[in-house]
Amino acid sequence: MKVGVVTFPGSLDDADARRAVRHAGHEAVALWHGDHDLKGVDAILLPGGFSYGDYLRCGAIARFAPVMTEVVDAAKGGMPVLGICNGFQILCESHLLPGALIRNDHRKFGCLDQKLVIESNRTAWTNQYEVGQEITIVLKNGEGSFVADEMTLDMLEAEGQVVARYVGNPNGSQRAIAGISNAAGNVVGLMPHPEHAIEDLVGPGTDGLGFFTSLGALTV
Amino acid sequence: MSESPDVPDAPRPTLDTVAVATQDPGREQPWADLGLKADEYAEIREILGRRPTSSELAMYSVMWSEHCSYKSTKVHLKQFSEIPQETPVGKMLAGIGENAGVIDVGQGYAVTFKVESHNHPSFVEPYQGAATGIGGIVRDILAMGARPVAVMDPLRFGPLDEPDTHRVLPGIVAGVGGYGNCLGLPNIGGEAVFDETYLGNPLVNALCVGVLRHEDLHLAKASGVGNQVILYGARTGGDGIGGVSVLASETFDADGPAKRPSVQVGDPFMEKLLIECTLEIFAAGLVAGIQDLGGAGLSCATSELASAGDGGMHVELDRVPLRDSTLAPEEILMSESQERMMAVVEPADVEAFLAICAKWDVEAVVIGEVTDGERLIIDWHGQTVVDVPPRSVAHDGPTYNRPFARPSWQDALQADGAEKLARPATGDELRETVVRLAASPNLCDKSWITDQFDRYVLGNTVLAQPSDSGMIRIDEETNLGVAVSTDCNGRFAKLDPYAGAQLALAESYRNVATGGAKPLAISDCLNFGSPEDPDVMWQFAEACRGLKDGCLELGIPVTGGNVSLYNQTGETAILPTPVVAVLGVIEDVTKRTPTGFQAAGEAVFLLGETREELSGSEWASVVHGHLGGKPPVVDLAAEKALAELLAAGVGLLTSAHDLADGGLAQALVESALRHDVGVSVELAGDAFVGLFAESAGRVVVTVAAADGAALEALAAGHGVRATLLGTTGGDALEVAGQFTLPIAEVREAWSATLPAALA
Repeated sequence: MKVGVVTFPGSLDDADARRAVRHAGHEAVALWHGDHDLKGVDAILLPGGFSYGDYLRCGAIARFAPVMTEVVDAAKGGMPVLGICNGFQILCESHLLPGALIRNDHRKFGCLDQKLVIESNRTAWTNQYEVGQEITIVLKNGEGSFVADEMTLDMLEAEGQVVARYVGNPNGSQRAIAGISNAAGNVVGLMPHPEHAIEDLVGPGTDGLGFFTSLGALTV
Repeated sequence: MSESPDVPDAPRPTLDTVAVATQDPGREQPWADLGLKADEYAEIREILGRRPTSSELAMYSVMWSEHCSYKSTKVHLKQFSEIPQETPVGKMLAGIGENAGVIDVGQGYAVTFKVESHNHPSFVEPYQGAATGIGGIVRDILAMGARPVAVMDPLRFGPLDEPDTHRVLPGIVAGVGGYGNCLGLPNIGGEAVFDETYLGNPLVNALCVGVLRHEDLHLAKASGVGNQVILYGARTGGDGIGGVSVLASETFDADGPAKRPSVQVGDPFMEKLLIECTLEIFAAGLVAGIQDLGGAGLSCATSELASAGDGGMHVELDRVPLRDSTLAPEEILMSESQERMMAVVEPADVEAFLAICAKWDVEAVVIGEVTDGERLIIDWHGQTVVDVPPRSVAHDGPTYNRPFARPSWQDALQADGAEKLARPATGDELRETVVRLAASPNLCDKSWITDQFDRYVLGNTVLAQPSDSGMIRIDEETNLGVAVSTDCNGRFAKLDPYAGAQLALAESYRNVATGGAKPLAISDCLNFGSPEDPDVMWQFAEACRGLKDGCLELGIPVTGGNVSLYNQTGETAILPTPVVAVLGVIEDVTKRTPTGFQAAGEAVFLLGETREELSGSEWASVVHGHLGGKPPVVDLAAEKALAELLAAGVGLLTSAHDLADGGLAQALVESALRHDVGVSVELAGDAFVGLFAESAGRVVVTVAAADGAALEALAAGHGVRATLLGTTGGDALEVAGQFTLPIAEVREAWSATLPAALA
């Protein structure tokens, strides 16, 4: 598949995301925030970083980037979209996913090898995992605490839209939620970084690769 | 400042132009307030043949400050040039005097690295001081044409239980993280050391590593008449005005004036744009010369570029984009606003240059051009305010031969050895000492600090803290990589600055070798007290001499570095802290030797000689609050043999860990804690000395049980003593006949210290 990785000014993990896409056997296509052009990709990845500096609410400016018009349309049309870290924040700000991400409860940036439990494999990005499977990937952020109102949280749980949960709760996320999907399962937001867990040499193992090999493995 | 013309009696500030200076030669000038000495002011008048304008005075004062001119230290630093300018694998591509040294690491790659200080600003405003320290060193690396790929941060703080440490440390750590994380640069190591001498004067040193292809090397010089001078990046504001001369050249005084406004404020997002924009400009081949704007801002960039080039430069200062339109020309020249770069560009390339800047939303303005004269001429709205020989500003500043002498107290200090102090006598006392040291601020778990730094971004981090060195992959196809370590034990340097500097060099060298890399070159950050104190100046001179002799013996060059003086509170200087960064190359990072025991049932060996060396040790400091005696013996030939053995042992060694602060006891604790693999050892001789002596040149290694004989043969071949200590396994650190210490117990003590103190 052709997987587009959007670079916003201040994106940091865009090259890592492209590398992960290639490791999973896909073609990585660099997309630019200022272009109204998805270059014919089959899936889209919004990478981690500090888009536009994130001096306002994280992701609040990126949602207005020119390319986001096309990303939102494609997501609504069923194209697989994964937002990692800052990408998750952008998906929330774009209202493609419910809830928001606020400052970690310990008020510090945290970089950890983090255990997660996969809660749903009925998404475009997690179908290679078993439900209940424990994986370790990288968590690194300052504003990763997932919040939503009780009704939304209940809905996410009831509809199987909680994709992954933290083992322990490193940042005060409600119900220890690390990642969620939309109802259709094509759009996934994930606070931790699977793209940093694809090689034993340079990360805490290869547990993150499944997010990328899931692409194209199942029609959602 | 706009004055309304219909208010006739409003005072209108007159511009101090070159013409005014010539017509009004007797005007009083505040040279002393700007940190200049009477003879320096007289010299400026002689160079110019008239009094300087206020803009010229600003430039000279900031460029002739200690921080920019190295006036107290260059007589000592010049000996580093006597070391052959080549590494064990080839010639240096750029050396001392450039923004950063550049060394060949093979396969067409070159690496540049440098460590710098940002100590004083970080005491005044910890977050911004530390953040802009990272920003400055990253721009130095970028200016060489390299992509910055990693940072490290050697830090020094006052005692952990002091209230001011609780102000300074969290701010500095958050600043290092806040800036570096936002740039997307992995932080792969560093140090966090506590000592009472740093209480009023913390040290924030920052290191950056960059990678480039040989052909992409760029140097800071303005050549080619007619070439355009472009200032790009952030706008110039009032922050950091006089930061260099006011902050870096004065000692902190309890009742001195408030200096907060002099600290620069950083914007890492702008710096990230500047990095990507600059790399794209390099890739397009649009740069003839480039310089970052750091200390002394435009004064430094214009004079250094012009001085290093083959002509003069003409600048129209009123074209500089301002954040504060009321700034006077003197202030614009001195401003240390962050995230700015200056490039020299051929006229035909200007349009393409500006287009790339526009793509990245980076403001860029042509502010001048290279001229065929020999003068740096700066105009303000058409009137000349600066007309100077650039070399006199940038390179021919004053040189001091400051007096130095071995301190009167040095002999008494050295006579007061720690070897005579009361020692733990029983197994239980030894066990208690191991736990107490592991929990002490200098040896405890530093993850409270390092977890605030992104170590994974860019996806090439092979080793990061708490490994002995940071290691990054620089080519994904060939797995070529580099390793870097920074080290300094200031207590050893206090006891003997010559040996202390060599011990810092040896430890850093050894740490790089421990991971399997070949040490190639060093950069240093020399943090000392006031150069006006002959005791301190002697420490500085001795440390330089030690480093030079050490580098000569190890066969590695000094690629550059930084000096930070006036690190003292009142009369109390910091421990002399010559931080040494060693960079090494490793052909295949997949074969690196990891830190920490990997599996049970492996043979544990100690490489190197243990002597009864306890003076300056962590044990003497923690248990007795003692500092005296002579530091451990330096044997650089043995260090070299050990490094060669570690390189030859790649593949055979399953793990390796350097012995340093805390001796064998701490090395075993850390190795066991890494993957929860215990160890049983038997110590021949005095168990206390075996556990806590801090003899240099030692590494604890493991090999598969069947490979013990192979290791012994290899060690013998390199002339290195290999002592079988025992076997990995179990869930405790067991010293035969002495004690058994469960890993869980020592982990609890080791990991609790920082969170408990800083919660």
